[in-house]
Amino acid sequence: MNVAASSQGLPMSRVKPGRIIAWTLLFIGGVIMVTPLLFMLSTSLKDASQVYDLRVIPAAPTLDNYSEILGDGRFTRWFINSMIVAVIVTLSNVFFDSLVGYTLAKFRFRGRYIIFIAILSTLMIPTEMLVLPWYLMASQFGWLDSYWGIMFPGMMTAFGTFLMKQFFEGVPDDFLEAARIDGLNEFTIWWKIAMPLVTPALSALAIFTFLGNWTAFFWPLIVTTSADLYTLPVGLSSFAVEQSIQWEKIMTGASIATLPTLIIFLFLQRYIVRGVMLAGLKG
Amino acid sequence: MSVIAQREAASGGLWSRMSLGQKQVIWAWGFLAVPLIFYVVIRFWPTFQAFYLSVTDWTITKPASFVGLENYKRLSADPLFWQVFRNTFMYLILGTPISLLISFVVAYYLDRVRFMHSFIRALYFLPFLTTAAAMAWVWRWFYQPVPIGVINDILSSLGIPQQPFLRSTSQALPAVLAPAIWAGLGFQIIIFLAGLRAIPVTYYEAARIDGLSEWAILRKITLPLLKPTLVFLVVFSSIGFLRIFDQVYNINTNDPGGPLNSTKPLVLMIYQTAFSSYEMGYAAAQTVVLFLILLVISLIQLRIMRDR
Repeated sequence: MNVAASSQGLPMSRVKPGRIIAWTLLFIGGVIMVTPLLFMLSTSLKDASQVYDLRVIPAAPTLDNYSEILGDGRFTRWFINSMIVAVIVTLSNVFFDSLVGYTLAKFRFRGRYIIFIAILSTLMIPTEMLVLPWYLMASQFGWLDSYWGIMFPGMMTAFGTFLMKQFFEGVPDDFLEAARIDGLNEFTIWWKIAMPLVTPALSALAIFTFLGNWTAFFWPLIVTTSADLYTLPVGLSSFAVEQSIQWEKIMTGASIATLPTLIIFLFLQRYIVRGVMLAGLKG
Repeated sequence: MSVIAQREAASGGLWSRMSLGQKQVIWAWGFLAVPLIFYVVIRFWPTFQAFYLSVTDWTITKPASFVGLENYKRLSADPLFWQVFRNTFMYLILGTPISLLISFVVAYYLDRVRFMHSFIRALYFLPFLTTAAAMAWVWRWFYQPVPIGVINDILSSLGIPQQPFLRSTSQALPAVLAPAIWAGLGFQIIIFLAGLRAIPVTYYEAARIDGLSEWAILRKITLPLLKPTLVFLVVFSSIGFLRIFDQVYNINTNDPGGPLNSTKPLVLMIYQTAFSSYEMGYAAAQTVVLFLILLVISLIQLRIMRDR
């Protein structure tokens, strides 16, 4: 999985001019890709008088926008809401998806195949189709405008279950047998023996679930009505509407919503890229 | 977990007399108990309910009563629906090939690059980690007229006339699509890279010994062996473009889906029918249509890609 060793090209000693051109074009393309992010960040560091000055490095950088926006409290609240929702849903998926994936991969019992197919078939159903029944359910049980209301549809996913099942199938049965002979119960065998063997898959699942819930917009927009319970994307959207043309404020809000995942990426790049590859190949 | 504890307490002596196989079966159902309830209540039941609601006249104020295929008839006669239908497919027809072409070309060359490989890969991947709702506002700002909008500023400094972008019925849809393509490229590139890496190097060596050109190697070895990756990405990105919502909603909050509904996708129509007009039954019929479109598109693509 080492990236540097992966390229199938020729050794670097024979650098052709074509290679240099390709590298340069790739690099320029990459810079274009991050340009929107750079503009967003640089504008968030400008005051209203500098917004029309399109230099990427602000002439007089200031953190005033951040202190103003974070000072009014709403963004902090939305940030915390998003964090609570994303973390709990991620933990729930890591626990339940792998428990179900493990059971379907490693236990022999009647009905196993039917359950697997039934869970897998839910992948065919788009979220948008379930949103109206969920909304009805949430309003009947009083879940509208609550953390649980935002979280309940995503507590388990068929995608995660399928991914974990694929990985648990690669765990040798001998390991589990040995633990059984030692008298460990099945729950301990799963949690203490099998789970540590699939940590790459667990981190892939955690990354995807966290990112998906951190950026989720459609369902939180529907299920929340009071500003106190908005997640960051929904809050940002309502905030931006209210700012109308104060672009430096909007860019500051957008930066606050975006920076956490970008910073996490800088630290965990290797794991995240590997996780995306794993999920893409096995999923 | 309390389920397991309860069951163990209740079974007592019986438990010790069971065979290992029987115990395993009980453990398995114990593990599956909570998830099965979840899947039945949160996935299966709502699926049937969505179909049922689509044949009722349920609104927020009025309880649902059966109206047969009335909602579907109304939908097929609704000019807005056909406009939305066209828009939704435009997102797909433009978005999928453009994004796959760009990401394949980038991945193909990036795979051969060693110098600063992971840095360049990171540049392409970063947009994938952004929040669509936030990025829609960044792009909305880019598309503004002079002197606010970055793109028009650049155009005018090059002597090119200003473009209306989001204000024009013909330019708005591609303008909304651009951030969606942009944000998805990183994921596709990573998946292509993984696919390219899975092709054994010996194939390339053999081809070079046989004197095949780079172009022939690409056509005869790389692309055929990439087919599983390609199938996955085509289906995955098509479904993504057909379900586009966050970008469209946020890039024009004054008139979501505007101007004149020229950017409105099906999911936005569903949202507005359900939560602005409160016609839940009618909206449910639209969600069933979305489901059918996704199903048909996925099946057709899987079929085509398998045959080839």
